[in-house]
Amino acid sequence: MAQPATPTVRVVTLRIDDHDLSAREDETIIEVCREHHIPIPSLCHLDGLSVWGGCRLCMVELEGQSRLYAACSTRVAEGMRIQTQSDRLRRYRHTILELLFAERNHVCSVCVSNGHCELQWLAQKCGVDHVRIPYRHVAYPVDSSHEMFRLDHNRCILCTRCVRVCDEIEGAHTWDVMNRGTDCRVISDLAQPWGNSDTCTSCGKCVQVCPTGALVKQGTSVGEMVKDQHFLPILARRRHLS
Amino acid sequence: MHPEDLAEKAAQFRAEDAAIKREVRVCMAASCQSSGAAPVLEALTQLCGDGGGTCRVKGVGCMGLCSAGPLVAVADKDCDLADSVLYRDVMPTDAPDIMRSVCGAPVERLRCPTDQPFFARQQRIVLENCGIIDPDSFKSYVAVGGYAALVKALSEMTPAEVLREVTTSGLRGRGGGGYPTGLKWSTVAKTPGAQKYVICNADEGDPGAFMDRAVLESDPHRVLEGMAIAGYAIGANKAYVYVRAEYPLAVERLQTALRKARGAGFLGNRVADTQFSFEVEIRLGAGAFVCGEETALMASIEGLRGQPRPRPPYPAESGLWGCPTLINNVESFANIAPIIRNGGDWFAGIGTEKSKGTKVFALAGKIQNTGLIEVPMGTSLRDIIEVIGGGIPDGKTFKAVQTGGPSGGCIPEQHLDIGVDYDSLKTLGTIMGSGGMIVMDDTSCMVDVARYFMEFCMTESCGKCIPCRAGTQQMHGLLDKIANGQGTAADLALLEELCEVVQATSLCGLGQTAPNPVLSTLRYFRDEYEAKLADG
Ligand SMILES: Cc1cc2nc3c(=O)[nH]c(=O)nc-3n(C[C@H](O)[C@H](O)[C@H](O)COP(=O)(O)O)c2cc1C
Ligand code: SF4
Ligand code: SF4
Ligand code: SF4
Ligand code: FES
Ligand code: FES
Repeated sequence: MAQPATPTVRVVTLRIDDHDLSAREDETIIEVCREHHIPIPSLCHLDGLSVWGGCRLCMVELEGQSRLYAACSTRVAEGMRIQTQSDRLRRYRHTILELLFAERNHVCSVCVSNGHCELQWLAQKCGVDHVRIPYRHVAYPVDSSHEMFRLDHNRCILCTRCVRVCDEIEGAHTWDVMNRGTDCRVISDLAQPWGNSDTCTSCGKCVQVCPTGALVKQGTSVGEMVKDQHFLPILARRRHLS
Repeated sequence: MHPEDLAEKAAQFRAEDAAIKREVRVCMAASCQSSGAAPVLEALTQLCGDGGGTCRVKGVGCMGLCSAGPLVAVADKDCDLADSVLYRDVMPTDAPDIMRSVCGAPVERLRCPTDQPFFARQQRIVLENCGIIDPDSFKSYVAVGGYAALVKALSEMTPAEVLREVTTSGLRGRGGGGYPTGLKWSTVAKTPGAQKYVICNADEGDPGAFMDRAVLESDPHRVLEGMAIAGYAIGANKAYVYVRAEYPLAVERLQTALRKARGAGFLGNRVADTQFSFEVEIRLGAGAFVCGEETALMASIEGLRGQPRPRPPYPAESGLWGCPTLINNVESFANIAPIIRNGGDWFAGIGTEKSKGTKVFALAGKIQNTGLIEVPMGTSLRDIIEVIGGGIPDGKTFKAVQTGGPSGGCIPEQHLDIGVDYDSLKTLGTIMGSGGMIVMDDTSCMVDVARYFMEFCMTESCGKCIPCRAGTQQMHGLLDKIANGQGTAADLALLEELCEVVQATSLCGLGQTAPNPVLSTLRYFRDEYEAKLADG
């Protein structure tokens, strides 16, 4: 007698805020939220790239657990009850965003990404209208050596989207991170000027996925840098299939 | 190999030096070496010659009282430390007197009493061979019963029985978290996978901690034996010891031990003539504290940037190169051989209800006897500090003891009578950690202490996640401001808020615990912070 094929991935039901939902058990919380348009702030996660878990803005509460979980790196499970909004979470997200603004030099009014920046947009969403944390005011370098693009470390939030897209989608691995702690910096090749890179194909994927005004096109002026990330899920799927 | 064959071998090794009656043991562990033990050993060896066939001079591992080094013990063979005549601060010029004392009266001017509580109050399981056997000698390890546990496990026990003994013992991870070792082993054993790995975490990065270093330098075979038993129990045939490169002596002794164990057939193919094979390799860490965190450590072994990744998946499920991996601390592995030899019930009889066995602590700071001790879980802090540690020097008074390093906290005088175990320390707002204990007297400023540890976390943060990378930096800035008398009540409030956020949202243990030193000093010494506020 023919046996019904046993599915390798099961479907689970869970509750996110007041929504009863179903999901495949290999999905993460953030994937399910995105699918159902439940907003969760995030800066490092991007559909199509590997999980990073660095920005910590996507933290959610799970019923019955005192610790928080990162939605981008936690898989769903049967019967899970998830809270994406609470006073505590809002307060934490607010503080994390403040930490980012205080860390480097974000002067939106003169930034090419003004109005099209994920950090700025999230700050507005999360009600960060002032920063209580002292600004560090450390000047960072700008690398304009590439003929088409520019890297302004003053706007970098070290989300490593550029590192991952370059490695995982373009296959060039031009970018990496050097040093530790607040001294961390994204580097091209072995900390050489980007324009001298042997590996960069000038595809511009890193520029498009960069959430802020850190990676931009040369020649853009204030507010002109609009990014397009639609290519990513499509390319990622193609990479995955091949 | 049958256990009896090994016992025979051990008897044969003992017979080889049956004529030796007296021993002069020179501590050749790192601390004593740095205070000049090598020339002492040389002078004594030269004077002793062949010792008339009845006396010998040998280098041994750490005796514990490192602050009094170089230490030399004169003892009957097979006699332990407490029954020996111990000499402190020995110089090469003292060698003739010491050699004369081997068969005569002790040299009183060098003498360090061994009936003092520092020696008498300890219970040595992990350190049982430290300071007694020659760490570079395979024979001397076997002569004191070494590898008997491995042979017993391989020839008389199934992997499931080994797991049961370890679970029964109640041993909890000595790397800081206190996760039940038996449970961790069973999880890896049950996870399907053709290739599994064992990793020994010898990265030991806490400032002031040197327990693991001492074990590796003094009794390296014991760690290898524990790892091999683990490999048998979980079905792994490949292991790594991840040691920090700043421990050259430990690495050297480990290499010697590996070579000799392999040569004798206790590692490599067909361990002790059984079907079980077990290869161990050494990997050197480059001195990043965060590489002690298990996922960062594994990334580092794989040749990647030593940076933590989110868990789950835990190493037990997906560790080294995606394979099920067991990772334990040096001291955890060092407890395995005695557990298998004497049974899990024996081990479970020592310690407190939820923390079994003993714990090695490194006493440091403002305390008379700095060095290494091993006491049963549940020993009171007062006993450790005032009795074993000999109290506070220079007529000062005790103020606080810091446990758990940069992830831990300070305990004030009023809680000194608590028995030390994983849970009691947690209720006091600190953690057991790996075993560092830094004692502070009334001259220490608690804001400074918090600032010191925060600086450590700030410079050791890997930078991956925002709360830890930027948060430790900001907290350090605020602590600095308060310590300098320029802080305000608003700064203190912001500091406390950052503590909460960094603790709750950081990716790995480094960030999650970085606020602990601040939170615990605020809990017990808030007045010191407030007294320093500019608007206070
Ligand atoms: C920042 C950080 C540093 C750590 N350093 C060490 C270390 O040096 N040695 C160690 O054994 N465990 C260390 N750990 C704990 C390990 O991640 C892991 O839990 C431990 O090795 C497990 O062994 P155990 O169960 O035997 O304790 C560290 C954890 C963190 C978060
Ligand atoms: S990167 Fe974004 S947040 Fe930063 S200055 Fe530019 S627009 Fe503002
Ligand atoms: S350059 Fe842009 S994408 Fe790259 S790490 Fe910085 S902010 Fe992220
Ligand atoms: S908590 Fe600190 S050390 Fe751990 S991942 Fe985050 S930045 Fe790195
Ligand atoms: S999106 Fe989850 S940590 Fe950044
Ligand atoms: S190093 Fe010699 S007693 Fe510890």
